[in-house]
Amino acid sequence: MVAEPGNLKVFIGMAAGVGKTYRMLQEGQAEAEAGRDVVIGYLETHGRAETAAQAQTLEMLPRRHITYRGSPLQEMDLPAILARSPELCLIDELAHSNAPGVEHEKRYEDIEDVLRAGIDVFSTVNVQHLESLNDQVTQLTGTKVRETIPDAVLSAAQEVVLIDLTPEALISRLRAGKVYPSERIPAALNNFFKIESLAALRETALRQVAEGVEVKRLVRETPVSRREDALLSNAMPQAISERLLALITLTARSQRVVRRAWRSAQRLGAELDLLVVRPPGSEPDTEERTQLEALRRLASVLGAHLLIEEGDDVANVAIRVARARGTTYVLMGAPKPRSAWRRLMQPALPYRLLRGLPGVDLRFVADRALRSEPPIQEEQSGS
Amino acid sequence: MSVLWPLLLGLLAGAGIATVIERRRISRALRRRSSVHRIAFPFTGQELSEPALTAALRIARAEHATLMPAYLALVPMRLEVDVPLQSECEVAVRLLETIEQRAAHAQVAVDARIERGRTLRHALRQFMAHEHFERMVVAASTNGSNDGFAPEDVAWLMENLDGELIALRAAPTQLEDSPGLAGI
Repeated sequence: MVAEPGNLKVFIGMAAGVGKTYRMLQEGQAEAEAGRDVVIGYLETHGRAETAAQAQTLEMLPRRHITYRGSPLQEMDLPAILARSPELCLIDELAHSNAPGVEHEKRYEDIEDVLRAGIDVFSTVNVQHLESLNDQVTQLTGTKVRETIPDAVLSAAQEVVLIDLTPEALISRLRAGKVYPSERIPAALNNFFKIESLAALRETALRQVAEGVEVKRLVRETPVSRREDALLSNAMPQAISERLLALITLTARSQRVVRRAWRSAQRLGAELDLLVVRPPGSEPDTEERTQLEALRRLASVLGAHLLIEEGDDVANVAIRVARARGTTYVLMGAPKPRSAWRRLMQPALPYRLLRGLPGVDLRFVADRALRSEPPIQEEQSGS
Repeated sequence: MSVLWPLLLGLLAGAGIATVIERRRISRALRRRSSVHRIAFPFTGQELSEPALTAALRIARAEHATLMPAYLALVPMRLEVDVPLQSECEVAVRLLETIEQRAAHAQVAVDARIERGRTLRHALRQFMAHEHFERMVVAASTNGSNDGFAPEDVAWLMENLDGELIALRAAPTQLEDSPGLAGI
């Protein structure tokens, strides 16, 4: 008989030292006191006395000792966990990369095996280890994180618990030696543990968890009819809230589409993505480069996300991007008139978008210059 | 009859190709024209200077130039200089829409910008570094009002601008009274 897969609960934080492992151990302890069979599969105390003390009352499985290129290493013992088969296993550091020679390259893959065996798992991770946030975090902190986990791992977790701490409190903990040994404190303060970086990471972590909660709420609570079910079946992720995608060309007129899209996004409290589709391998000319740079600056000041994708077919690229980003509205400039031949050969872009993105609204932004109003008098007369 | 058909088809194909070539030529010419001839119109604050905007539109129309209105957004020192500026952008977008509407009435092409800076001059320097234009039209403030560029800023522009500067005395017009605001 195949066991019902176990549940995954992840404790996420903005950085090391916020108390993820401690909280995981506390909750594991509470589960054990409630009569469940709980073991620690892997624990990394980083020499923190409080954490080690919290683990004392729980059974801890020994680590596996392996040798890699002559160096002794310690890893989590997956076969031992599976053989012990507890009800709940606490496994620290979800994003850890294993040493070569064990079952899997990554710890989250080990955890998948544990879950498949019907064992519940509690684990911990920092927000910078999420694949989709890696670049953003690198920009915010100037530190590139190599160990990452696919976002799907976090999405698959039944529960995600944010362990929150103010940047000031975390730095106090760091200075007090509660995060790293004393010799590592100055380096940490100079690099990752700056108020600005931590504040940005905290915001990222808060947003990530809030979005995850919203997605789960939508998935669990929205009664979906058969028809809606069919509409949602196109591998389209559930929208967190409204999300706008503006299709932009590298012309001055597109800025109007950007502004309109931004105003709509503001009204809806939505994120805004700006998509430019370039022919594959083609270099932009001088004018296009100017427009692209202007667009970058505009996106930056507006807080929009500029996406530049290559593709021969704008509709296909737009549909792919909209699905990937959970777009709920697409805005575009009014399409150019097409020749009879092109009309015959291929349906128009808006039609293809509507077909390719069921359930997504499509809005056109008209070009004011094309309105047939007479020029106002004062511009025609002399000064 | 059988000889006429290929001839007719050939003529039709030739006419089609000629039309496409001509359209491309016109399109290229328009793009070249819009990319070469630009008149910058930087401004800041909550109001637009009606005379300055009107003058900029007239010049742009007369010269078949593209008007480049640029809202100068000032970033407080407590914020990173490249942060998104939501409230500033709300004002900027509203004013740029107003200008665009006026420009559409005047049949002038518009290529708008929002430029950030710690100070007005910093934003102007950024704008001048990023963009190409032949002329700049600015509103000059009068009697200490803040509806245009201060005399010191105009003097700074005259020293630093690589191009022609037209500074116009500001006459503040309430946005609500602006004829271009209808329908926004």
